[in-house]
This record gives sequence, C-alpha cells and structure tokens, in this order.
Amino acid sequence: METITTDVAIIGAGGAGLRAAIALAETDPKLRIALISKVYPMRSHTCAAEGGAAGVIKPDDSFDMHFDDTVGGGDWLSDQDCVEYFIHEAPKELLQLEHWGCPWNREADGSVAVRPFGGMKKQRTWFAADKSGFHILHTLFQTSLQFPSITRYDEYYALDLLVDDGRCQGMTAMEMRSGELRQFHAKAVIIAGGGAGRMFPFSTNGAIKTGDGMAMAYRAGAPLKDMEFVQYHPTGLPNTGSLLTEACRGEGGILVNKHGRRYLADYGMGPETPVGQPQLKTMELGPRDRVSQAYWHELQKGNTVTTQWGECVLLDMRHLGEKKINERLPLVRELAQSYLGVDIVKDAVPIRPVVHYMMGGISTNTAAATPLPGLFAAGECACVSLNGANRLGSNSLVELLVFGRRAALSAIEHIRNLPTANTSALNARAAETQQRINELFSSNGTESMSGLRKEMMDTMEKNVGIYRTEEGLQEGVSKIHELRQRYQRVKLTDKSSVFNTDLFQALELGSMLDCAEAVTVGALARKESRGAHQRLDYVERDDKKFLCHTMVHHQGLDVPRVDYLDVVITKSPPGVRDYSGDHK
Amino acid sequence: MKEILVQLEVLRYNPDTDTEAHFQRYELTCPEEWVVLDALNKVKADIDPTLNYRWSCHMAVCGSCGMMINGEPKLSCHAFLRDYEGVIRVEPLAHFPVERDLVTAPDDFMEKLKRVKPYIIPKEQKPISEGEYKQTPAQLMKFRQYSMCINCMLCYAACPEYGLTPSFIGPAALTLAHRYNIDSRDGGRKERQEVVATHEGVWECTFVGACSEVCPAHVDPASALQQMKITSSIDWIVEHLIPGGKS
Repeated sequence: METITTDVAIIGAGGAGLRAAIALAETDPKLRIALISKVYPMRSHTCAAEGGAAGVIKPDDSFDMHFDDTVGGGDWLSDQDCVEYFIHEAPKELLQLEHWGCPWNREADGSVAVRPFGGMKKQRTWFAADKSGFHILHTLFQTSLQFPSITRYDEYYALDLLVDDGRCQGMTAMEMRSGELRQFHAKAVIIAGGGAGRMFPFSTNGAIKTGDGMAMAYRAGAPLKDMEFVQYHPTGLPNTGSLLTEACRGEGGILVNKHGRRYLADYGMGPETPVGQPQLKTMELGPRDRVSQAYWHELQKGNTVTTQWGECVLLDMRHLGEKKINERLPLVRELAQSYLGVDIVKDAVPIRPVVHYMMGGISTNTAAATPLPGLFAAGECACVSLNGANRLGSNSLVELLVFGRRAALSAIEHIRNLPTANTSALNARAAETQQRINELFSSNGTESMSGLRKEMMDTMEKNVGIYRTEEGLQEGVSKIHELRQRYQRVKLTDKSSVFNTDLFQALELGSMLDCAEAVTVGALARKESRGAHQRLDYVERDDKKFLCHTMVHHQGLDVPRVDYLDVVITKSPPGVRDYSGDHK
Repeated sequence: MKEILVQLEVLRYNPDTDTEAHFQRYELTCPEEWVVLDALNKVKADIDPTLNYRWSCHMAVCGSCGMMINGEPKLSCHAFLRDYEGVIRVEPLAHFPVERDLVTAPDDFMEKLKRVKPYIIPKEQKPISEGEYKQTPAQLMKFRQYSMCINCMLCYAACPEYGLTPSFIGPAALTLAHRYNIDSRDGGRKERQEVVATHEGVWECTFVGACSEVCPAHVDPASALQQMKITSSIDWIVEHLIPGGKS
C-alpha cells in the first residue's frame, strides 16, 4: 500500500475542510496539507445551503443579542463559552469571505446587506441571493487554488483513522478511480465530513451525506455527542425533499393550513403579524424546531392539505410579488416550478417538514479538538455545542468557517514537538483496513444492501421523527442494532476495482448505521423534551437530569455505551423560550 | 401519481472487463414527475447494482450528475422524464475520458480552472479590521451572473471547439476568469490575460453559443467570452496603435 506522508490530513473538502486548508496554508506555508474528499470540492453539500450566514455587523445589533438568540434557540444545550467565541469570530470570517470575493448582496451604499432569519432578534443574516452556501463553497474552493501547499486528493473515499500511542496519526483512503488503498501518515487529522441526514428517507441532504467522518471518528474511539437532536426544516418540497429556504419566510412568506389559518399562532408563536410584514423571532420567524412541531400537531388535528405527495401545509409567498421573488428567491421559484409544477408567484406551494441537519456529531471543544489527541473536527460532522438542541438557521454556514479555521490553528499547535511516528505500527493499522476491504470483496454476503438501507430509513422515520415515544424508540434501538448485525453479511454485487459505487454505497451504509444507532440510543436515554428532541411521554424539559450532553461511545458490534457531560453555562441560566414577539 | 413505463439505454464501460463500451437496456415504471436521475437510482437499487454514475444534491446546484441524454448535455437531476418520448439514451458527458459507465474524468477542466486564477487578486490590500470593500448593487450585478457557474462541465461537452482543440481553456473556466476581471475588488486582469487572451483562450472561441444554450445555471458563457474578446482587442489597440500606449 502506497504511503503518503503529510503534516495535516483533512477529510472532507466542503466549507469547513476548505476553510481549514486555507488557514493552514496561510498560517504556515511550509506545512504539507492533504485535502481528501470522496467528491470534487465543489460537489460538497455546502453548495445546497440557501439562506445565508449570521454575523453581527449592523449598528442596531449586538454580540449579546446574537448570544441570547443562539443559546435560547438551542434550548440551553449550547456550551456558552463556545457561543461566545463563535459570535465574536463570525463577522470576521464573513468579512474574510467578502475579501475573497464572495458575492454578498449589498445595500445601496455598497455595504453588505442582511436579511431576517428564524429565531434571530435582529437582521444579521448575510446572503448571496438564495445561493449563499453555493457562493461560500465556490469562493473558498477557488481561493484555495492559489496555495501550492494544499494537495488535493479528489474522489478518495476515507476509510479508517490510524491511531497509535493514544493519538491519531493518519488515515486510510481508497482512490475511487483505481480502487487502490492509500495510507496517509499525518501529524494531525481534521475531519470535516458533513452530516448524516441520508439515514432518513425524506431529507434535504444530498446523496453524499452519509456520516462517514462521524463514523470513522466514532469507531476510532472519539465519542459522538447529542446525536438525538435531528433538525427538521419546516419547508421542504413534498416530493423530492428539496429545501425551500427559511428566507422564504424571512422575506414575508406565510404558513397556512387547509382552512387558510396561520396556525403558528396556535403554538406559542402568535399573535399573528400582518401579512407581508414579517416580525423578527415570532410567527413564521420562529425557530425551526417549533415550526416543524406545529406541523405535526396540525397533522394530528386533520388540518393539513391532502396532496398526491401526502399531507402538507401551504407556504404562501404570492403577496411578495414577482419582482421581489425574482430578486431575493430565484432558486426557490425555480425549484418549486420545475420539481412540483407550482409557480410561487401565482400559487401557494405545498410543503412539509424534512430532515435537514444533525445538531450532534463528533464531540469537540471550543478549540475544535476531539477527546482523541491529534484528531480535530469541524462543521456538521462535529458537535462543538454551538447549536445545542436546535440550530438557528444561518448559524451553520458561519460555524463551518469559524471552526474550520479554529481546527487548523489547533492542529498547528498540536503538531509542534510531537514524538516521531512509529511507522511500522501505523502500517499494521493500515493493513487492518486492507483486511476489512478484502473480506468485503471475498465474502459471499446474503443481505441486500438496498434492502438494509430501506429498513434503516423506514425505522428512523417511523421511530425517531419529530415526536418520539419510549415504545417507538425501543423498537428503533433494537431494529438498528439488528441491522448492524445483518450488515456484517452485506452482499457486494460488484467486485470491480474502478469507481465501484456498489462498494462505496455499502461502506456508506455502514457509516449511516453506526450513526443511526447513536441517534436512537441517545434519544431513548434522554427522557425529556428539549429543542428538536420531543418525547410524547416526557413532555417537559428537565434541567435537573438532562442539562447535559449525551456522549455515545462505540463498542464494536455491541450496543454503544452512553454517558453524559455537563453543559457549560457562563451567563445565561436556563429560561423560557419566548417567541411571542414580546406579547407574552 | 401517474406511473409511466421508462426505457433507458445506458452506455456501459468497465475497464476491468470490457474492451469497448456497449449499450445496456433497462425497463422500469416510474412516476411521471421523475427525472432521469430518479430512474437511474431505481435501476441501481432494484435492477443492477453495478451501474455507476455520480450524483448528490438532486437540485441542480452541485453539478455532479452531468451526462448526455439523447445526445444533449444535461444534469440528469434536471432532465424530466415527461420531456422525453420512447427510449432515452444515456451516455457519459462528451469530450471527457470515461472512467467507468457514466463517470468521466474531469482532470482537464480542473487543471484549466486553476490556470485562469479564479480568485480575487486585490486591487488594494486592506486588513479585515477595516471592514468590507464597498461594492454597489450595480457593481455586483455586473459580475454576479458569471459567478453562478456550478462547474458541471455541460458547456465543455457542448462546445465544438473544445471537441476539436482540447487545449482550448473552454467556456466555464474563461467565464470565471471574466467574473473576477470585472469584480470591482479585483486588480488581476493583467495576470490572467497571459492565459485568457491567447489562442488557447478566448480567441479559440468561434461564438457558436452552444455553451450558453446548455448551461443549467443560466450563466451565458458565450456573452462572457465576447466581452473578453472586446476588452482584449482594446488592449491590443492601446498597445499597438495609440502612440505611447505601451507605457
């Protein structure tokens, strides 16, 4: 097996991975940087983010307000030292992107424009029409091309971390074009591999969002944190699950049920605000968890609209007018028109909540360090505890930047004065990966991969959705555990070496099953309702028992071990989340 | 939801076992509202796990799933079954080497993209602490359309010049060079001209316009290239015809 020796290996070349790579290259041009991704960088799912990125920039805004919105929005499960660091770094990172050419929308005087977003008390979301993530990703990718010290390994599928002497010292990956394995010996590894939303059948996530980075870290001994917190975005297209950005509501779109009632007023987010005059942090600009939960209640009450794609509510943007829609929401118009046949200028569009984002992930601290020395993580794959129990829209694009950069700085710190690597020990670890792949190729598996995948997705949707119960979660835990056992006998149909997507889908399924088990086990153990984790049998938030992070530890094929870590509270004691628009 | 019968004829090639590519026929029923990618996914899951292609976002923004559909370069996630009749022929993107089945090697495009320096070369350096570079909405609108390129490479598959002269830098990369050239924050046009204003660059383009016709992001590379030819010509006039212009 060929060995590539480098200083820092980065897994994932989306927003967080690219930001980390650039920070490494800028800080120390002598560092060798390996940027490894299973897709070409511009295919990374950062490109699908639409609405924008939050950072305090306008004179009427303040760091304290961004802090309060984030901590309250996260139902007090955010680590407040992390939030504090984040809000101060956010505007600097967004300005840095501006200097790199990101086409942010502008005010008439040439300054950066901001738009309203859910759960935010002030307008602080920077945006590039409704393709903000796309522009962030391409700006970062194109900027990265000027640094000769960044060596890209595009379409290399990362397999295992190399851990020796108690620290992470590299990784193995398969070159997808040839099917050949490579080992990367690195002084530090940064995982920026994205989320795992594809474990659910109805998701905004691209096909590549299979939790490979999370699962790699988890298998290597780094715990996954707060995995039970899965965000449903309130407004997905009912057939494809494509996201219609929260900016639809930020710009003034309203949600109505089949009676034409703006039902959010009935779920603690009222009273109604005038149509077309969105008011911050109330009604349609409530947080995603509450807005998605309101849909569920409307469904129970029979207030939803029956469509050929199932039960929906309506997102009405007609009153915005064609000019504003074309200027601010062109992608939304295009998506609804082409995939659903609805012109949002003329008709309300049916939508329903759709799995969108994992608040949980690889446990990291504010320095983006995991408990495993030498291993860092950033972006959706990490749980740095910024988002707590519910992420506010437009915080995550900034999270990529802030903690991508921070992971790079921490990695540089870590690699100073390291003892020399024991190369033969690393080679032995890498041989274990080779063995695993060889077994997959030589075994005569009997379990259908697409069959297992479907069972996993159905289980997650049925048992680990917007509202959860003890009984459903028990079923979810045992079913996912069973699927993990059956996965050991997964059938590989294609035994070719070149670009074998049958193989990659099998490996991705393994990653998703590991992540799914952490989600279900965490959800079963958390006997309270907080943010995106809602239990019908434990309806209240329980700060006595559960003001803590769920830490799930991999135990091979056994059920994982769960323990807890205290939430860091610095200045905001748990309080009441108020989305009544100051009406109480 | 109305189901329809779909017949796909897909070009298959596995370098491990095949000496040449061949077509394979798949028949399946699908909801009428599906796209070609959905049909391929159904084939992969239910009929033939050995079929290979790239895809991710399913919303025409990641640029992964470009392929030739009935001879036209398309994103398969944005090619609606309702727009086709009879057998739908699916082939790898033209003008790129095939790795396997519908998977092509984009190395040449990636290399060319890098060569045009698609990043801000600042007109004036200033630290982050001094805030943003001011840019009016009008200045933004000047280049925004050209910043929408998703790098899907459909324009390379459509471009007859690129087919004939592989050294041509091509529509997407040249358009991105133009995008930075006309950004009010940028001062790098001269540096890029070494690559752009050559016979591998804009002068190779014969203004067929196929690039703009197939672009799923409405970028209009053809107009970017014509604008670049005009500014390059003005450069030449200033250099050669205006007395003292070379200084």
